[in-house]
Amino acid sequence: MTMLHTVNKSPFDNGTLRCCLKFARQGSAVLLIEDGVYAAAKDTAVSKDVQAAMGSVAIYALRADVEARGMQNRVMDGVRLVDYEGFVDLVVEYSAVQSWI
Amino acid sequence: MDEENGEGVAKKFLYVNRKAPYGTIYALESLEVVLIGAAFDQEVSVAFLGDGVYQLVKGGDTKGVEMKNFSPSYGALDDYDVNQLYVEQEAMQARGLVEADLVVNVEVVSAERMAEIMESQDVILSF
Repeated sequence: MTMLHTVNKSPFDNGTLRCCLKFARQGSAVLLIEDGVYAAAKDTAVSKDVQAAMGSVAIYALRADVEARGMQNRVMDGVRLVDYEGFVDLVVEYSAVQSWI
Repeated sequence: MDEENGEGVAKKFLYVNRKAPYGTIYALESLEVVLIGAAFDQEVSVAFLGDGVYQLVKGGDTKGVEMKNFSPSYGALDDYDVNQLYVEQEAMQARGLVEADLVVNVEVVSAERMAEIMESQDVILSF
């Protein structure tokens, strides 16, 4: 059973992403949404942690939230951008969704 | 002007922004209060700490999230004589940002300098 985790909080302001990554098991996926998309940016204080997580979990970010925040040119390699339909596809693909809020 | 009972005296106001835009309503509310407050001829400064620096990042396109893109409004602050904008150096660095990434001219300051700026105010409003 592999899960989809969603994170909607900034990793700089809040420990939600850290907690999520601690419990996300191999083969699961993490979708960054709302302020969570700041974790997808390269060259930040948390980008190393996100890169390390990519070894075992797939990291996605919601494109509309990335663009709203002007982060579209800063997304690190390996983070896959999805639109709202892609969000739905991920929900269908994985066995359950955990919304880390 | 009656300075004895405090009427007509310009006070120093500082607005402190600590939240990213769009994820919560704080950034937009703060901007509106700053613009309203600017009509009262006070001496206004605005500080951006932590995730607050994200409020000033260029290149935002909010069509996809169907929200109003309010970043151009920061450019209008100068028209209201709000031109003392302070950004925390450490926050910029942690987020991989440089001054050229921001929509307005700001003064990037150390935490120490930011603390001095805070101490020199009459009124501080935090968002």
